[in-house]
Amino acid sequence: MSTKSERLILMGNQAAAEGALKAGCSFYAGYPITPSSEIMEMLARRLPKQGGVFIQMEDELASLAAVIGAAWTGAKAMTATSGPGLSLMMEGLGYAAITETPCVIIDIQRAGPATGQATRVGSGDLLQARYGSHGDYCPIALSPWSVQEMYDLTIRAFNLSERFRVPAFVLAEEAVGHLRETVRLHDEIALVERNREVGPPPFGHDQQDGVPPMPAFGDGANLMVTGSTHDEWGYRKVESPEQHARLVERINRKVLDHEAEIAEVDAHFLDDAQVAVVTYGFCGRSALAAVKALRAQNLRVGMLRLKTIWPFPDQAVRALGKSVRHILVPEMNLGQLVGQVRERVRCEVTQLNQVNGEVIVPADIEARLREIIS
Amino acid sequence: MTRSMEHWLRVPHTAFCPGCGHGILLGALVRAVDELAIERKNLLFVSGIGCAAWIPSPNIEVDTLHTVHGRAVAYATGAKLANPKLTVIVVSGDGDLSSIGGNHLIHGARRNIDMTVICANNQIYGMTGGQTASTTPVGACTATDPEGSQYRPFDLCALVNAAGAAYAARWPVSAPRRLIASLKTAIQTEGFSFVEAISPCPTQFGRRNRLDDVTALYDQMQSLCITRQEAETLSKQQRLERFVIGEFNDD
Repeated sequence: MSTKSERLILMGNQAAAEGALKAGCSFYAGYPITPSSEIMEMLARRLPKQGGVFIQMEDELASLAAVIGAAWTGAKAMTATSGPGLSLMMEGLGYAAITETPCVIIDIQRAGPATGQATRVGSGDLLQARYGSHGDYCPIALSPWSVQEMYDLTIRAFNLSERFRVPAFVLAEEAVGHLRETVRLHDEIALVERNREVGPPPFGHDQQDGVPPMPAFGDGANLMVTGSTHDEWGYRKVESPEQHARLVERINRKVLDHEAEIAEVDAHFLDDAQVAVVTYGFCGRSALAAVKALRAQNLRVGMLRLKTIWPFPDQAVRALGKSVRHILVPEMNLGQLVGQVRERVRCEVTQLNQVNGEVIVPADIEARLREIIS
Repeated sequence: MTRSMEHWLRVPHTAFCPGCGHGILLGALVRAVDELAIERKNLLFVSGIGCAAWIPSPNIEVDTLHTVHGRAVAYATGAKLANPKLTVIVVSGDGDLSSIGGNHLIHGARRNIDMTVICANNQIYGMTGGQTASTTPVGACTATDPEGSQYRPFDLCALVNAAGAAYAARWPVSAPRRLIASLKTAIQTEGFSFVEAISPCPTQFGRRNRLDDVTALYDQMQSLCITRQEAETLSKQQRLERFVIGEFNDD
């Protein structure tokens, strides 16, 4: 076996579980749901063997609750689910946001709404992850297009979650979760560990990056953690306009102000492109095949793949809007991200949407690009 | 309250209404943990939403986790499993634990994870303005049952016992000595333990049910308390109209 890294053929969901273990995840709570259950089943086998905790909860409300409870003891904690489960997790998501609790949610998206088609693909949870809980908050959401990225971006989700004290999503689609391909499991990766300093206010506003230290239960900090509006020590301040504005603005700003640090994109053939596809997740694979087919005919098309969905890669998309004349946004939903593109560019934007529970194939993207070019 | 207990308290006063039983329960609770000499650093209080959820947060100066409505037991489950050294005590109300949180309560009891759940039962939704709870007696008037509640209340001790709790007890806050003793037993019990404290709500329950006088409300509560032996002579229906007090560990 190699010393630096190990090459395996894995399913996307298994690679995500490997990534979680590599990132230092020591707690999993979840509820079975297709098409994400392989993550849970693998962690049920692996976590207890390395001193971690696995528990199957009674529902998704309890799952994210247990994850947050565990996170406050100092654990790196996660859950995995799909759309219907994510709908139930919205209350926990808001709680994690306002209490600034690091946690990772892997969402293997299926065709919705409601039960929809449990075994079929969709990209319908982008806006739910961003706006599904009430009030203003900004989670981090990453979008893998391969089994390798299921591994890499799960590790990154843990790191970003710890770095910014926010819930972080891996927003994958069923087609990536159940894809099997070669993945390289790295030995040497950089891990972010939480600052557990006892002393400074755990919900303070003085840090330049907006991220206060987070002691754990049992550290002797006499923590007051609450989902109500609170001051820097955790005292409830449920009638103070100033305290509420200050808290809500900070928990959003600490993510949005670091878009450059968080948002990653993957550019293909953009140097001289006149028409570009802006894509994410599994669709990126079809888009790249389409772009390559057109490039073979000397057509100046390119592609910008968003590896980060939230915070939205503002700078990269704005820059793209200035260098191309037309953008195509294919999505396995009725247009959840195209609006984000439209509000940042002045060039023409066309959408290509499909909600039949199947992936968008390269031929469809290629045909639409040809229409745009001609 | 003897002043020696003040070292457990974070704030100089509580937000509870005059006549509310929750302050008595708070006093009993800090005495119980004080007498057990639990290391403060390893003590975690978890609560949900409502007046009772404010008993530990912010009043008790330890780690406190004030969560969302109904999920306190689930949050506590995660914390206890991730750090078994913690003594985890959930304090919440009847609506929080048994209506919106009923599923988590019975699953907590079923798993028998080592934690203590204390339910301050005031038989009504206090904080939201006196609406019907899953513990409201038949015939009692509430903001959402102005003609009187028509559905049976839960017997919470029987419920958690049936689901597998290791220990359950019920006392009115007017019996503080027995309440403290049961809180200590519950905290020391390995596994899922449950203490229901009958804690009157003058503001929302009393004034809607011709018990405006706090003394009358407490007298009525005490008159409804019967022992397990006394309860054996009553029908199941009749028992639901009383508070059967005592310890309920069936095996």
